Amino acid sequence: MKRSYKLQDLDCANCASKMECDIQKLPGVDSARISFMTSKLTIEADADEFDRLLDEAQSICSRYEKDCVILH
Amino acid sequence: MTKKQKRWRNRIIVALIIFAAIFTGELTGAIEHAFGEKDALYVEFALFLIPYLIAGYDVLAEAGRNILKGHGLDENFLMSVATIGAFALVFFPDSGPHTAEGAAVMLFYQVGELFQSYAVGKSRQSISDMMDIMPEFANVMRNGQLVQVDPNDVAVGDEIIVKPGERVPLDGTVIAGRSQLDTSALTGESVPRSAHPGEEVISGCINLNDTLTVRVTKPYEDSTVSRILELVENAADKKAQTESFITRFARYYTPIVVGLAAMIAILPPLLGAGPWADWVLRGLTFLVVSCPCALVISVPLSFFGGIGGASKLGILIKGSNYLEALSQVDTVVFDKTGTLTSGTFEVTTVAPSASVSSEQLLQWAAAAEAFSTHPIAQSISRACAAPIDAAKITESSDIPGQGVRVCYEDDVILAGNGRLMDENGIPYTPSDFVGTQVHVAVNGQFAGTVVIGDVVKPDAKEAVSALYRAGVRTTVMLTGDQTSVANAVAADLGIAEVRAELLPHEKVEQVEALLEHDGAGKVAFVGDGINDAPVLMRADVGIAMGAMGSDAAIEAADIVLMDDRPTQIARAIKVAHKTMRIVWQNIVFALGIKFAVLILAALGIANMWMAVFADVGVAVIAILNAMRAMRTKGL
Repeated sequence: MKRSYKLQDLDCANCASKMECDIQKLPGVDSARISFMTSKLTIEADADEFDRLLDEAQSICSRYEKDCVILH
Repeated sequence: MTKKQKRWRNRIIVALIIFAAIFTGELTGAIEHAFGEKDALYVEFALFLIPYLIAGYDVLAEAGRNILKGHGLDENFLMSVATIGAFALVFFPDSGPHTAEGAAVMLFYQVGELFQSYAVGKSRQSISDMMDIMPEFANVMRNGQLVQVDPNDVAVGDEIIVKPGERVPLDGTVIAGRSQLDTSALTGESVPRSAHPGEEVISGCINLNDTLTVRVTKPYEDSTVSRILELVENAADKKAQTESFITRFARYYTPIVVGLAAMIAILPPLLGAGPWADWVLRGLTFLVVSCPCALVISVPLSFFGGIGGASKLGILIKGSNYLEALSQVDTVVFDKTGTLTSGTFEVTTVAPSASVSSEQLLQWAAAAEAFSTHPIAQSISRACAAPIDAAKITESSDIPGQGVRVCYEDDVILAGNGRLMDENGIPYTPSDFVGTQVHVAVNGQFAGTVVIGDVVKPDAKEAVSALYRAGVRTTVMLTGDQTSVANAVAADLGIAEVRAELLPHEKVEQVEALLEHDGAGKVAFVGDGINDAPVLMRADVGIAMGAMGSDAAIEAADIVLMDDRPTQIARAIKVAHKTMRIVWQNIVFALGIKFAVLILAALGIANMWMAVFADVGVAVIAILNAMRAMRTKGL
């Protein structure tokens, strides 16, 4: 299934594309997209995987931009 | 400005003031005077550290954190190395002072970053304002009381109340009330539509005059407004070639520039080509220019702005790639019916014979066709001013393949094609108007001809000439209609080529032939999306028009025109041209300045001040330029 989340304080476009790249590589993620313009993260994965994936995605995001928070 | 940005701004202002004070002290020689020439250098070093740290402590901290975690080469890291390097040059005995530069680079980097963050926030805001068609609530009767609920909680079949000034929250059918609807947020069309009982209304429109009761026909997630928002937001997923190129470029640009910086700083002095301080400074200048941010932000921002601006005009573009393809279109293929013509049959000409009035002829024709449900018959009764009293029709019979014969008010009326006239031995004059001709004879006397045709849309001609003005090389019309009708329409509108009498699958073949034939430019196909989905998908750019509410069309097309004005096609192309122009301006400008500064820095001509402009200055200018893509009003 597909879910999308708002990203707060996503300021750097280059970081966004790096985050997208890394989140896509997470095991269990079918596809991941970050739209810098709408500050949205869209993840496609199994429904019961989301809790784990969001934690991992959050740590990827903080790695590139320390203030960036996935709202959920 | 957000809270974070305000704190950031205040910090920069404080740092700037301190910096200015110290800088004045340096320039006027006050510091040198007070501490003596030798110590002044170290005093300045210490003093400039103050504004440097106030402005850039977070950059340094972030850079440190990244090194510890093993992710180098981000902006913070590069900026930190460049500025720390500039400060460290003070320890090289043979170099001039660069501490002011170090502090200034950090300061201006932060000013630029703040401005960048502000500009991005602003353009995000204006894009989301532009798409502000989301209804916030729906009025529903619950237990005899009108309550506001989330549109998501309204089920199909529920009745909702839309008051004047409110947005229609869900698609549905009007069951009570008459009003006007403002559809401009969806279609860009400023003339309001009327809404009567029995008519469909689309979510996102604003109710203007009177309260409407609407029976919901689609759940919120399938309603027009949700589909539009989803479509525009997902548009960013389909990246244009230019965009992917920039992303790939950015991945290599930074490591290469950093590599070059290291080489410049180390190799020449090792080979004895000059003092270390000089070359290290050149290398540090390289580092300042090594972030590709100007491009990485401004290119997607331009595309997004173009897509957002187009949606404001009622043109939905499903991805940056289609916007890019649209800008390269040189052949536009039209489906005739429903695209250039309104797709409904209307009486186009009434040609009575000498002694008969037009009204009389229409009256007889309408009486003859009164019992028929054929679209042609219905168009005649629509055109007839006075309604026909069916009781006065005493006899009525169909003559297959020819027409009808009725007795009406003691007259025997024959209405049909030429064969009907011939069979009954009635001399008639075939008119040379294009369309379906219905000849009428009364009591054996020819009374005249009513011509029924598909009416060309009022702005179709303007639409075709606007396309040529927008740089389209050729236009083609495909139709299942007779050649004579097709040729007449094409000649009237100024369309270059006509392929008539085509079966649906032949339209695909025609488009495929054009795709192969045409090497350079892209081929766009415009249809009404009803039965040309395969053609829409096959063309380089499939444009569906009049698609408000048509799911099939929204699915199959790459670009969806919300209303059915064909002039929108040329507008869409102009938006695409403008966006691509801005994209290329930004690419050329940003890369041009960066490469120029890199070359000048390698030669020792550019200093850090220029480098910091090439980094943040260029980014800010590129963002401002990208925001122009949103403005589509005059196109």
